Amino acid sequence: MSDAITRIHLSNGLLVLLKEIHTAPIISHWIWYRVGSRNEIPGYTGISHWVEHMQFKGTPQFPAGVLDREISRQGGYWNAFTHLDWTTYFETLPVDKIDLALRLEADRMTNSLFTEEDVASERTVIISERQGNENEPLFRLSEEVQAAAFRVSPYHHEVIGDMVDLYHIQRDDLYQHYRRYYVPNNAVLAVAGDFDTPAMLERIRKLYEPIPAGEVPPSPNRPEPEQNGERRVTVEGPGDTTYIQVSYHAPAASDPDFYPYTVLDSLLTGPNNLNLFGGGISNKTSRLYEALVDRELAVSISGGLQATIDPFLHTILTIPHPQRSPDEVLAALDEEILRLHQEQPSPDDLARAVKQARALFAYGSESITNQAYWLGFSEMFASYDWFLTYLDNLAAVTPEDIQRVAQKYLRPQNRVVGIYRPVENGAVPE
Amino acid sequence: MNTAASNSKHSLPGPDDITRVELPNGITVLSRAASSSQTVVISGYVRAGALSDPDEKLGLADFTAAALMRGTERRSFSEIYDALESSGASLGISAGVHTTSFHGKALGEDLDLLLQLLFEALSQPVFPPQQVERLRSQILTGLAIRAQDTGEMASLAFDRIVFAGHPYGRPQDGLPETVSRITREDLVAFHRSSFGPKGMVIAVVGAVDPGQAVEKVAAVLGSWENPDQDEPPALPPVRELNGTVEEKVTLPGKSQADIILGALGPERRSADYMAASLGNNILGQFGMMGRIGQSVREKAGLAYYASSSLAAGLGPGVWYVSAGVDPANVPRAIDLIRAEIRRFVSDKVSPEELQDSQENYIGRLPLSLESNAGVASALVNLERYQLGLDYYRNYEQMVRSVTPEDILETARRYLDPDRLAVAIAGP
Repeated sequence: MSDAITRIHLSNGLLVLLKEIHTAPIISHWIWYRVGSRNEIPGYTGISHWVEHMQFKGTPQFPAGVLDREISRQGGYWNAFTHLDWTTYFETLPVDKIDLALRLEADRMTNSLFTEEDVASERTVIISERQGNENEPLFRLSEEVQAAAFRVSPYHHEVIGDMVDLYHIQRDDLYQHYRRYYVPNNAVLAVAGDFDTPAMLERIRKLYEPIPAGEVPPSPNRPEPEQNGERRVTVEGPGDTTYIQVSYHAPAASDPDFYPYTVLDSLLTGPNNLNLFGGGISNKTSRLYEALVDRELAVSISGGLQATIDPFLHTILTIPHPQRSPDEVLAALDEEILRLHQEQPSPDDLARAVKQARALFAYGSESITNQAYWLGFSEMFASYDWFLTYLDNLAAVTPEDIQRVAQKYLRPQNRVVGIYRPVENGAVPE
Repeated sequence: MNTAASNSKHSLPGPDDITRVELPNGITVLSRAASSSQTVVISGYVRAGALSDPDEKLGLADFTAAALMRGTERRSFSEIYDALESSGASLGISAGVHTTSFHGKALGEDLDLLLQLLFEALSQPVFPPQQVERLRSQILTGLAIRAQDTGEMASLAFDRIVFAGHPYGRPQDGLPETVSRITREDLVAFHRSSFGPKGMVIAVVGAVDPGQAVEKVAAVLGSWENPDQDEPPALPPVRELNGTVEEKVTLPGKSQADIILGALGPERRSADYMAASLGNNILGQFGMMGRIGQSVREKAGLAYYASSSLAAGLGPGVWYVSAGVDPANVPRAIDLIRAEIRRFVSDKVSPEELQDSQENYIGRLPLSLESNAGVASALVNLERYQLGLDYYRNYEQMVRSVTPEDILETARRYLDPDRLAVAIAGP
């Protein structure tokens, strides 16, 4: 994809990134806020995600229903996501309708209502969302592994929040959280598509510059202390299927180790796909697929690394073969990891991982929405340069780097092993 | 910021820019240029589906499709995936009720490889015994996971009710006991009798000139013949429900219940399909999931998701509402949904509602054709449902010609709030 972009700060601190793409009559508009579950404290877990829900409940200018009617009438699609480090809202629209997204997002940066009535009805919706998550064994397992991995860091809890907090959070808590974090100097606006940059920039200035900067709370500073010894968690629940999640503390996206770790993960579990739109590829020639699935110790294996502000987790997920025990699977997994400690991978292995990453990038660039996503997403944990230099940085990884990173991170002392054990009728025995 | 040039430059697919060629062996090839792309997508189907599965061996078509890439006359499982994954390419094959579909993507430079692997998988699979057993364990684990999924279990129960006595009522990925019964010989025999070039469709879109795409497909797949390829089985008629039929699937230990309620819907080729589709958009799709979303989620706060869907294919379709709710709220949610269906078949939709949905359909068409995968899927649908190459050019006119009267009449033809299939899965 072409690299020419415009990156500029408005007088109120709003960072704007623009990328012209003239392959389809479409524009994708994203606004990112630097707030997510990382900015939450006990008692208020899940509040960032709940605020995101409330942002669809309307402003005086765009009451609920009017706003989503307007977008849908134009044939556009829109959505929002809340994650560990950020909350984002996007609209992708036919080219001549994009002004609607610009006006809407500028408006709801400050003017959302958060009525008591809407908070009450959204409370039950979010509780229902959490119940839906709890239906999934992998959610239950992952929640416990994450909690065991982070005692101090706010990555301790799930983005959806703990049930007790979903009952406890009140309207004023939500509104305060919104006003505190939804200010231009805590936001990134990214637009990609079929537009002319000077005209687009002028429109953005007109809509956003009147919004005053705010005082953003300091970034949380509770780094997770080094883990000294393997942690194990077991979750029991309904079903007939055992799941194993092994999570290693991994480097932050801005850490130089992130690149060799990405290649390392690619060798172990298959290419890591950081695109939000544009699908991945299979992993049937990854080392762990060959060691676990081809040898019939497991029926599936997957894994991945996330690009985050603070060090998060490198996760490997596997479902043991029904006739095999979790210990047998873990022993085979450890054998593969030991191999990475002892032997450097071949240059061919590395070249292959880089070609896979190049293909995934090309798939991602097919979609204007995905290109706009990268403009803003990369700014959440690094900068757009991170994205532009990503493939070169992967290509520069050496076999020695892989071995060093394997020895540094892939140690039992640095991991949490979680096992989901199915029990009869879902009842947890006394 | 809009330029007049944008719209003419990006016209919708039509007879003048879709290449469509029938090869002598029965394969239809479709292509359309996408000059700016670095990647290429292939998509299509062969005429082999779960409709032919014997009751005692349900899941046969599904198992066969999954086994095609486990080894061919020329390559082992690991050689197939090494070739694909080393190029950052992907290829997947999976069975549906009437057809087995394939989807692949690669960098433009690797199109030949993708076509060659597709050809080998479709025409020369060898079903290595060890791979078949390995795959069986994987399928059985998938079925065990499905048995714990409230959404999937509600969906299976819904199909059982609405398609009672019809092959559509059967789970196409089978049941643990039927998958356990399928032998390697069954896979070989099903492949021999069902897979062949007759009725095969393939679309190639992306970093390749359409004329060249046709030549490449012809060079690789043009020589495929299968004199033993069967005609597809005939579809028996469906029966409408006499009253409401409810089935509850109990899954202990779950936190949320999934509900599906609805009835038979139109075939994709039915004259009333567009009216049903726009009506469905009003009922449970438009904006935050239409009237159903407003009632169940926005006003009552009962569900994280609530919407209606129209699933229309080669045979009779289904028209249904689904929602995920707190188990204690199941009866209330069903009452609200039934009330919306009653309103939908009693009164005409308002002209404003219809206009909203018409604008939505017309506006989103270019967005759905943005990617190579979107265009490929559109081309395959033209062929599957024989919609005509001018379909997308006539689309706006077809959408605008639907009236509130058409929607009411169509809704009454399919939906009756007192004759619904109701499936619930939860604790």
